[in-house]
Amino acid sequence: MDIAKIRADFPILTEQVNGRPVIYLDNAATTQKPRSVLAAVDGYYEHTNANVHRAIHTLGERATAAYEASRARVARFIHAPAPETIVFVRNASEALNLVAYAWGSRLRAGDEIVLTPMEHHSNLIPWQLLCKRSGAVLRFIPLRDDGTLDMERAPIGARTKIVSVTHASNVLGTLTPAAELAARAHAAGAIFMLDAAQSVPHMPVDVQALDCDFLAFSGHKVYGPMGIGVLYGKRALLEEMDPFLGGGEMILEVHLDHATWNDVPWKFEAGTPNVGGAVGLAAALDYLDGLGLPAVAAHERELTEAAVNMLDEIPGVTVYGPRGERGALVSFTVEGIHPHDLSQVLDEESVAVRAGHHCCQPLMRQLGVVATARASFACYNTLEEVEALGAAVRKAQSFFGSVPH
Amino acid sequence: MGLEDLYREVIMDHYRSPHHRGRVEGATGDVEMLNPTCGDEVRVSFRVEGGRLADVAFDGRGCSISMASASMMTDAVLGKTVEEARGLIAAFRELMQGGAPSAELGDLVALQGVAKFPVRIKCATLPWTTLEKGLAGAVDGEGGVRPGGVR
Repeated sequence: MDIAKIRADFPILTEQVNGRPVIYLDNAATTQKPRSVLAAVDGYYEHTNANVHRAIHTLGERATAAYEASRARVARFIHAPAPETIVFVRNASEALNLVAYAWGSRLRAGDEIVLTPMEHHSNLIPWQLLCKRSGAVLRFIPLRDDGTLDMERAPIGARTKIVSVTHASNVLGTLTPAAELAARAHAAGAIFMLDAAQSVPHMPVDVQALDCDFLAFSGHKVYGPMGIGVLYGKRALLEEMDPFLGGGEMILEVHLDHATWNDVPWKFEAGTPNVGGAVGLAAALDYLDGLGLPAVAAHERELTEAAVNMLDEIPGVTVYGPRGERGALVSFTVEGIHPHDLSQVLDEESVAVRAGHHCCQPLMRQLGVVATARASFACYNTLEEVEALGAAVRKAQSFFGSVPH
Repeated sequence: MGLEDLYREVIMDHYRSPHHRGRVEGATGDVEMLNPTCGDEVRVSFRVEGGRLADVAFDGRGCSISMASASMMTDAVLGKTVEEARGLIAAFRELMQGGAPSAELGDLVALQGVAKFPVRIKCATLPWTTLEKGLAGAVDGEGGVRPGGVR
């Protein structure tokens, strides 16, 4: 992979921060967008824009075709069996909420929902809300000290109705055994949902090989625009579910006192959708496939390994999560320097990392910290940028001196 | 706008060697608050006697700005009347919104640079908001006791 050529595709990477081009290491929060995505969104609004599925005019037909072609593109990217199994939503959070409401309405008191302690709040709070409504209870697969799941103690059993788990932890980088979890869920008569927000941008994901019943990811973390996300669902499940939001598009026939629903996936897409976003997402997936996901994964693995090894060698730095195979990110703390202060000094050095609880407060509690710093990588990052991170961490240590805590 | 604007020497001194860290005995006010965006926690306890803050202390986990601000706040409000403390809270908030420093703030002016870093303003104001919550119940000099606190 020619990284210099890839970097030239991302206009924002020349943006100056404190007098130097930004070193953007906050890709797990959101990735930057290549020119082809920006052009696709612009092109849509310049040449195609009209409302979809409504208009009997040329632009309306073009917009509908562009929207549905984007759906087919997403289906191909995650190896979904048909475009109709792809529901466009705003982001992974909305996809998870959709399932927790529309599928979750069947749960009753005593039913069990199985999660892990390292879920993003978006794969925790919707289920907590569902428990309040239904009387169902949450169970958690224990996390070992090395950041991996203790599958032998996974509380998946006869009362389990759904297992919903992150594919790659946004804090620890832990990769979960998705196929094994799906098999365990199915053996117990439960369904399996995968939060793939942190995996789809970084590795090939095949919903059929994994046998996911539902899968969620966000477009903006995979080089696409903000405000477009994806829910994949097995067709039979989507068909038997009630709608999530009501409004235009999702209906078939409406009377004053009742209505019938449109077919899947449109049943779940009330109101005018983010067509420009869907078109941009399709362009992003084209871009990523153009680079080749295996090559991107290999490059990011090299960066992540280099970062973990480098940070492990700096005295006073603690790196969290498993060694070896992991997602394209590294969370760490520096003794005596709060992650906010660290992030502030790094920003002075043009290095953008995330500092905070990463929407994982229960996991922070288990790790015994209030917050961590996190560097996360994408296809356009370089080993020089990893080294700049290390230099900036050392600078922060000298700036703050030996601060007792 | 360099780091030195933010991390002034007096701020780092308070961070390294905080004043009044701990819990006040026989507290008449005791409130804990959490900054949900970053997870920082601050607990402020105080004892009001005869309408004055006879003792005040803070505890918590947070960044240098929030901990230094808490430490400096305890220095500033100790011995003040509840009314004066409320005045300081208002003046400090004004400073964080880019307002001119008022004389009563004293050393706290060192935190003026925080106003130029919008995402850090909440760090600096967290202890003050916590104290304000504690003082909300103070009637005729008695603090509102809320052990365990508002979160």
